[in-house]
Amino acid sequence: MICREVGNLLHGYLDRELDLSRSLEIEDHLSTCPACSLEYGQHLALRSAIHRSSLYHEAPAELMRRLRPELRREHRARKGSRGLPARLRSFWVPLGVAALIVLVALPFVMRPSAESLLAQQVLSAHIRSLMPGHLMDVPSADQHTVKPWFDGRLDFSPPVIDLSSQGFPLIGGRLDYVDDRPVASVVYQRRKHVINVFIWPSADSGRAPGKAIAMHGYSMITWTQSGMAFWAVSDVNTGDLQEFIRLLRR
Amino acid sequence: MNWPTGSEDKLTRFEQSILPHLDAAYNLARWLTRNDSDAQDVVQESCLRAFKFFGGFRGGDGRSWLLSIVRNTSYTWLEKNRRGEAATAPEQEAEVEESSAAAPDALLLQQADSDALRRAIEELPAEFRETLVMRELEGLSYKEIADAADLPLGTVMSRLARARRQLRRRLLDHWGRKD
Repeated sequence: MICREVGNLLHGYLDRELDLSRSLEIEDHLSTCPACSLEYGQHLALRSAIHRSSLYHEAPAELMRRLRPELRREHRARKGSRGLPARLRSFWVPLGVAALIVLVALPFVMRPSAESLLAQQVLSAHIRSLMPGHLMDVPSADQHTVKPWFDGRLDFSPPVIDLSSQGFPLIGGRLDYVDDRPVASVVYQRRKHVINVFIWPSADSGRAPGKAIAMHGYSMITWTQSGMAFWAVSDVNTGDLQEFIRLLRR
Repeated sequence: MNWPTGSEDKLTRFEQSILPHLDAAYNLARWLTRNDSDAQDVVQESCLRAFKFFGGFRGGDGRSWLLSIVRNTSYTWLEKNRRGEAATAPEQEAEVEESSAAAPDALLLQQADSDALRRAIEELPAEFRETLVMRELEGLSYKEIADAADLPLGTVMSRLARARRQLRRRLLDHWGRKD
């Protein structure tokens, strides 16, 4: 084999994509040709430099969070226009009825249905955030970093305060989605526990007292204040969470 | 929520077979559009289209399938937003080989830093850039690249060869100017 014939095959060889007989030909040629060896060495070095550098861009967590509700919406739209086939209807309708009965029977402090579904959504968002790498978009203990971060990403400005001197340090913020609407989550820590405070604009302008809900081992407290709805979720004990809310609402 | 198997709906199957490749989708879109927010928009649109076309996906390599949609969406985006950018590699490029007077040491290339590499890759024509990214960053085989880019295997190999030679030239030019 001569150099002109090697040409691009050198790269197929580099990538171990050539068949055996071609590979052997190239290998033989490289062992006797300094020019092609040099060329090969350079491309090997370039490739190793690329692999050494962290040039890969992983998808930011917010991308998946934006995507899921959109896919669900698309899915619902398509299902709605075509309707469920009869064999599925006979399964899902009784299941749906059973689920409703279970929801109504649960000992919620508030009105069931709409609010309990919202509670489940909030809890799901909290649990999702606990997955590795999903907790924070802006990791910072500085409220003057976290609060402005939400500007431009949300059309409202959530209150962000640090309570580290009272044992509830601010650790960051995250954009999340609840009920297919973008919301702020301000993230705190209590010893080893995470507290997510979900915030979004509310029609209620008054200052309502907090309502407590326990679900699947998590504590949740929700209230409205200054035109915003708040949901604090954590697996800390209820007493700690109530203390936290009292400090937050001052 | 656990759906009973057998009545797994389209969304669940899509989430299990296609969404795991979201990183690959974003990485390619990011290298093609060259900024984060456009890449996110491209991936968002690509995934929705993928979901719409999911009926036509006959199993097999979900990653190449998704990437072919991301490529398509990215190129449409590039046409709309970056008119004049060299998307296509010129066919008969005058590949003047570097004068062997100062043939670089492999060691010099080996030590190329991330920033220089990133800039040089970003400056490549889009078709060279995507082949390089799919091979070196995503680790796709020639066959997988051929599937994603709808190209014959030979073209994958020649594009990679040209992409690498051009990358080398840009790096050496960049260092040459610094001296």
